[in-house]
Amino acid sequence: MTSAALGSSTATRSTASLRHRLAERGIDTSLLMLVPALVFALALFIYPFTYGIGLTLQPSAATQEKWGGGAFSNYVAFFKDSFVSDSVWLTMRLALPAALFNVLASIPMAFKLRHRFRGKKLLTTLLVLPITLGTVLTAQGLLIFAGRQGWLNRFLIQIGVIDQPLALVNNYLGVMFSLVISGFPFAFLLISSYLSGIDPSIEAAAKTMGADWKQRFRRIILPLLAPGLATTFILTFVLAFSVFPSARLVGDAMGSTRVMALMAYRAFGEQIDYPMASTIAVMMGVIELVVITAVLLWRSFLYKGSTGGKG
Amino acid sequence: MAIAASKFESLELQGVGRSFGGIDALVDLNLTVRAGEFIALLGPSGCGKSTALNCLAGLLPLTHGQILIDGKRVDTVAAENRGFGMVFQNYALFPHLSVEKNIAFGLHMRNVPKPEMKSRVAEAIALVKLEQHAKKLPGQLSGGQQQRVAIARAVVMEPRLVLMDEPLSNLDAKLRLEMRTEIRRLHQSLGLTTLYVTHDQEEALSMADRLVVLREGRVQQIGTPEELHNNPANWRVADFMGYRNLIDLDVTAVKGSAVTLEGEGFSLRGTAVLPVTVGDKARAAIRPEDLVVVSPAEPVRGANTMTATVSVVEYHGREFAVGVTSPSGRGLHVHSDHAPAIGSTVELTTDPARVLVYQADAIDMEELSVEERELAEVRR
Amino acid sequence: MTAKTATSGAHGVGSPPTPTKKRSGARAPGERSLAASPTTWFVWAGTAAFFIFLIGILVSVVVDSLGKSWFNTWLPESFSKDWYSNAWGQFQMTHIIGVTLTVAVVVIVISVLVGVPAAYLLARRNFPFKKTVTLLFLLPVLMPPITYGIPLATVMYNIGLGRTLTAVILVNLVPSIPFVIMTMTPFIEQINPTIESAARMSGASMRKVFTRILMPLLIPGILAASILVLVRTVGMFDLTFLVSGPQSDTLVVAIYRAMTAAGGGEARQLISSMAVIYTLTMMVILIVALRFVSPTQLVARVKESRED
Repeated sequence: MTSAALGSSTATRSTASLRHRLAERGIDTSLLMLVPALVFALALFIYPFTYGIGLTLQPSAATQEKWGGGAFSNYVAFFKDSFVSDSVWLTMRLALPAALFNVLASIPMAFKLRHRFRGKKLLTTLLVLPITLGTVLTAQGLLIFAGRQGWLNRFLIQIGVIDQPLALVNNYLGVMFSLVISGFPFAFLLISSYLSGIDPSIEAAAKTMGADWKQRFRRIILPLLAPGLATTFILTFVLAFSVFPSARLVGDAMGSTRVMALMAYRAFGEQIDYPMASTIAVMMGVIELVVITAVLLWRSFLYKGSTGGKG
Repeated sequence: MAIAASKFESLELQGVGRSFGGIDALVDLNLTVRAGEFIALLGPSGCGKSTALNCLAGLLPLTHGQILIDGKRVDTVAAENRGFGMVFQNYALFPHLSVEKNIAFGLHMRNVPKPEMKSRVAEAIALVKLEQHAKKLPGQLSGGQQQRVAIARAVVMEPRLVLMDEPLSNLDAKLRLEMRTEIRRLHQSLGLTTLYVTHDQEEALSMADRLVVLREGRVQQIGTPEELHNNPANWRVADFMGYRNLIDLDVTAVKGSAVTLEGEGFSLRGTAVLPVTVGDKARAAIRPEDLVVVSPAEPVRGANTMTATVSVVEYHGREFAVGVTSPSGRGLHVHSDHAPAIGSTVELTTDPARVLVYQADAIDMEELSVEERELAEVRR
Repeated sequence: MTAKTATSGAHGVGSPPTPTKKRSGARAPGERSLAASPTTWFVWAGTAAFFIFLIGILVSVVVDSLGKSWFNTWLPESFSKDWYSNAWGQFQMTHIIGVTLTVAVVVIVISVLVGVPAAYLLARRNFPFKKTVTLLFLLPVLMPPITYGIPLATVMYNIGLGRTLTAVILVNLVPSIPFVIMTMTPFIEQINPTIESAARMSGASMRKVFTRILMPLLIPGILAASILVLVRTVGMFDLTFLVSGPQSDTLVVAIYRAMTAAGGGEARQLISSMAVIYTLTMMVILIVALRFVSPTQLVARVKESRED
């Protein structure tokens, strides 16, 4: 009796059945609802992905011969073949500025357009339109509208701003336009929703304490918005980094817009070099991961708590 | 106390109103506030009290009228330049700034030099007893602590006016009582002119120098707590201030302000608040404390007596709140110093001076607010 | 002064507002109007430029598809609808649209059937490895489709599913299931969990709770998520392109192939007509879908009111 009293500093043992104890920790038959999703995730994502990584270590005979390096021959080829490795820089050269622009341009727009006003719904619907159009249609449209014979150039020549048509498509600019047209609405919608998640009474409080709109923006809104901005940047960057059809259709596929996705497809569909294709695909993932981690690290130094409203 | 109020002589609201989107949120508010006063804006939800406060703060524009401080118009000045401190219902603390930085924010905006800022912030924190939490973020504080930060943040700027928008409504009952005393204490020691919005009449009565009772955007009465407690201007204010017994009767005799009412099988002698004439339909309002069960121990009877049957008895510490039914079937709320048996017949008595008589205007169900309609349903 | 204020209140009941100057109630004093500062001009200029491009692109394609031939002039010399009939005949538009819709519908149905229960668990329960599972579902949304698409396509070809409809459906499921889960989880979270307890106290079994209480509440969210999946799948290029063939191309892929066919691609105007058909199809789908649901149902609600 006394020993039990002395030793009773530890919690009393539960007398519930195993089933109940498991249920306390969240394990019961309802977990079966998760199974189909898990099956799909494993079969269609995890397995192929690991298979792909394994493939990268099984270079074709031709690659091995040309680049050496044994099992890592694909990676050697990736870094040494400038035709391929340059694509990393070329993709970043497109994706980073595009993502930055989309996010930064959305901020003043979201800020100005956050209050109710007549036609707000119409404006938002129109802004969402490009998301539904898709990259291929945008590409075709850009080729016609912004091409040498297109209306844009004609108009600019007509009003005398330029005498020769500008080369706006089939180059870096063309792809950039495409990225902005498809990426900006997405960034705008996300940032608008983050902005609306900031409790308006916090701003009202700042007002009553003497802060004009510049001070309110810099000291209250921006710090509270920054984590959302980081997330938006990451998502927009992912979209831009994955650019594929536009780079071919309105870009210069073998030249200045030779993005990694194109290189990967070239290995897959044209050269039928599956290991090499997987290598490029994996490298895409890695580089993207590096950028995302950098942004997330930066974000972790910011205030991450609740912004007071339903965010 | 280093935190002293920057004073003004008078704050005048002239014909202040706000109508927007077809709704009259606030109509014709006329009020003069003296420096150092604690004014409560009181009324049910939807009555326009928060609208009035937000207009005064500059967060909402006026559509009618003007606001003057010492004769100069203030309603055209932007909110950030009015120099008022405001405490919000949900505290509105800056979630990413510490308690210290939250409080210092207003001083920062006014470019107060650093050493002075530090000492003023420290004083404000000491004033609300939050020294141990100075470096914490709002998310780490409890509701009451956040409330105190909000108050400190508002008073540290030595504003000429402090606006409080139902600051205690999100706290639990005990904390609310303590904070009520705290706010009153702060007001008395700092002397800051304060406008305080609440829907709790007990809170308003205990804290304010004067009260403004609003209903549906319109002022019903402005007065001291005694005036509102003892002499409500109309039956709606009486109802709101706790005159739970409202009885519709006919006026049968008038002599000066002394009137006799009859109906429902009994007759009552009361005092008319505004003149009535014989034959009018009147509404008598009696506080439960003033309608007392005659104690069998000391049978004291006032000029009014009637009998009723006991239906509910509530224990309230030193006395009992009793619900009775009159012979005509009307429910009344009365007080008693003993617990009568349920179902027994008791004698009630009340002093005519405490039976307030008003003109009975027809109650249009359409006009009632949601709250009022629900009350009417439950009381039937 | 005091006498005036004390009594004016009492008489104020019912009297109309004194006719002082009435002013607009839309803006707090000091708040600048929507048309004032340089940033506003920047914003409006930017929006205008954006819409000029957008409308320009759309109209150019439409005009192009309707012109007989159009190279050097502002507008085509003459108009005809031949390109459309051409496209339809030459490219078996009916078949392609059929494929696109089939893929989309199947992907939606499977994603919802698989994703909603998973979302429910993630929203309501804590279980071991929950964080890992959430990460697992998050990854396909975060990675470039090519990164998992190419290995997946390799596997498809290896098991002989290359260029089939099944493959197209399977690859599109990879981003769609997580997408449904990601959108439905917060939606479920905001449904008050105690109503499930209330239902159980009234005697409902888990299954009944799901079918009678939860599903009706989830329908708006499911519809909204379905529309988003629909738009993504119809517009999805990268994944479909990797595994599809002539019989299983969706509309976007067919257009791409036409644009990049050997020898400089098909006639530009032919492609324009296909592009217009694609846009119209997408619009019809959206209009039909939006009749059932408001797209803002998945976005945070705005708090605006400061009125009492």
